[in-house]
Amino acid sequence: MAEQVIPTKKMPPGLQVENVDDRIMTLNVGPQHPGSGHMRIIVKIDGDYIVDADPDPGYVHRGEEKMAESRNYITNIPHLERPVIHDSCNILYPYVLGVEDLVGIEVPERAKYVRVIAAELNRCIYIQYWLAIYGIFLGHSTMFMWPAGDRELLIDLMEKITGARVTHAYFIPGGVRNDVPANFEDVCLRQVNYFEKRIKEYADIFYDNPILKARTEDTGVLSREDAIRLGTTGSVLRASGVDYDLRIKEPYDVYDELDVHTNVLKAGDSYARSKIPWLDMLESCNIIRQALEKMPKSGSIRTKLKPNPKGREDEVYRRVESGRGSAGCHIISRGKPEPYRLKLSVSSFRNLIALPYLLKGEKLGNMPAVYWSLNYWPVEADR
Amino acid sequence: MSKSEKKATSKDEDKKKSDAKATGDAIIAAANARREELTKEALATRSNKTLPKEVKEKPKEEKPKESKPKEEKPKESKPKEEKPKAAPPSKTDTEEVSLPEFEKSFVDKISSQFTGDVEVGYIKENRTRVNVKKEKILEVAQFIKDNLPFDHAESVTGVDFPEDKEIGVVYHLGSYTDPTYSKQVLALATRVPREENPNPGNDSTKLPSLRDMFYSVEFHEREIFEMLGVYFESHPDNRRLLLPEDWADLPPLRKDFRNKGR
Repeated sequence: MAEQVIPTKKMPPGLQVENVDDRIMTLNVGPQHPGSGHMRIIVKIDGDYIVDADPDPGYVHRGEEKMAESRNYITNIPHLERPVIHDSCNILYPYVLGVEDLVGIEVPERAKYVRVIAAELNRCIYIQYWLAIYGIFLGHSTMFMWPAGDRELLIDLMEKITGARVTHAYFIPGGVRNDVPANFEDVCLRQVNYFEKRIKEYADIFYDNPILKARTEDTGVLSREDAIRLGTTGSVLRASGVDYDLRIKEPYDVYDELDVHTNVLKAGDSYARSKIPWLDMLESCNIIRQALEKMPKSGSIRTKLKPNPKGREDEVYRRVESGRGSAGCHIISRGKPEPYRLKLSVSSFRNLIALPYLLKGEKLGNMPAVYWSLNYWPVEADR
Repeated sequence: MSKSEKKATSKDEDKKKSDAKATGDAIIAAANARREELTKEALATRSNKTLPKEVKEKPKEEKPKESKPKEEKPKESKPKEEKPKAAPPSKTDTEEVSLPEFEKSFVDKISSQFTGDVEVGYIKENRTRVNVKKEKILEVAQFIKDNLPFDHAESVTGVDFPEDKEIGVVYHLGSYTDPTYSKQVLALATRVPREENPNPGNDSTKLPSLRDMFYSVEFHEREIFEMLGVYFESHPDNRRLLLPEDWADLPPLRKDFRNKGR
């Protein structure tokens, strides 16, 4: 019998046959694995140690930037908040500021304060959601239930303001969509005070927990130089000792009239990265209280736009501090009702570059601690 | 017997039927009367509200009639709209006279170093832009990295210009280390030739990668490669990032790639 020749199968484009090594094993984490979110991390491990990590996002890519080119400035609002529905006010903020620059309208004072309150409430809602996930993937199920429950307080508050629980579409060029209800100040103050009291209790159960400290301290250390070099932003950057918060460095709306403090930690490990958002929530409570005090009690909440507004021929790049870090929006306008090109530069996408850097040399068991400490939201990175 | 009995029973049934009919009619009549009362009450209370509704409905019919001429009008009245447009540039001209000094100082540094190759796009408060020829992009980026405190890339935007047969790439650079520069965003823009039938990686749409100078552009450049087909030479990892591996269409952010149903 002649030797049977096995025909080599032609591989589809993009796929390749890999040389099998006895020592190094390739492991796909995700995209279905709940611990990875909607993304895949191709991890190569040698024993228990990660040799190489290759993030593969794009499973929830929806072409927001392409969609924006065929819709006008107003109809773009609801779909541009979809990348992070839990932080919908903050992801919409740079776009709205940019459109205001292009159309050339002023925002009433009261609307600016309402925006700041809504943005800070939304930041807390996002961080609570993220904290719940971080807790459950470190095996701390109480830390899943507490934030998921306390989050409802603020969601109810946002529902009172905007009418929607999660996807608000509340900010529009020129102000906000509708006014806050009567006696909102009292309700908001009461809820926020109780919320602050609640999140202070997280320290006892989570942040001072020796098991959590053992798992997260000194894992995935990102030095100050590398955090700058990799261009990380938000909580990742501030956990590495860089004092950079856009609410202070480049204040938008009324942040310059409020007393805002940033939280900076120097350790740069997963513990510091997980603590910064929690400290941010406490700071947000302070900001909300100040804004409630200083907010004009009455007045207009939006400047009316012309129907189908046209941006002047120009380009703008605006950025704000979202729940995860800097969120930027680059709009190129050509004097038409639709943007010529709209680019969302989101913090999850910018922080993703730190993931392979941090995972190399870590144990596989530390992967959830490092990955979720990056404050990464896969849908935002894919847009 | 049976007949009389039947007659009797039939008479009883008839009586019952007629009674039931009478009671039924009475109930229905009462209900109708009550309904009329209610409607009268409702009308009396809502009489103020119903009138505007009727009025509101009428304009709705009229509005489209108005909007149609509105759509036609802009075509005729375009010069009218251009007049206010012409006014803002004059305002910007006055602003350009008093350019922000700090921004101007570091843009002048770049433009004086590379006279002829660098063109100042705009100088606004906190936002500046320099347009660079693509052959000089590496040198200019190196100069910025060495002499100015810009240390990371905020975002990289790729823009398609089919009329100019070019694709623009804009690097937005920011600074973490120098507090005086923390507000500044410098846009470093360049353009590459665009081909009608793109073959990403193998045609003339190529740029040198800035990854060696600004490490943070790595994923941004990968995204532009797949979305617009700009190949970055000396980039170590020119793979797809967001699109599926078997994507065999045009790069989707080019203007000639059309959304389905649009």
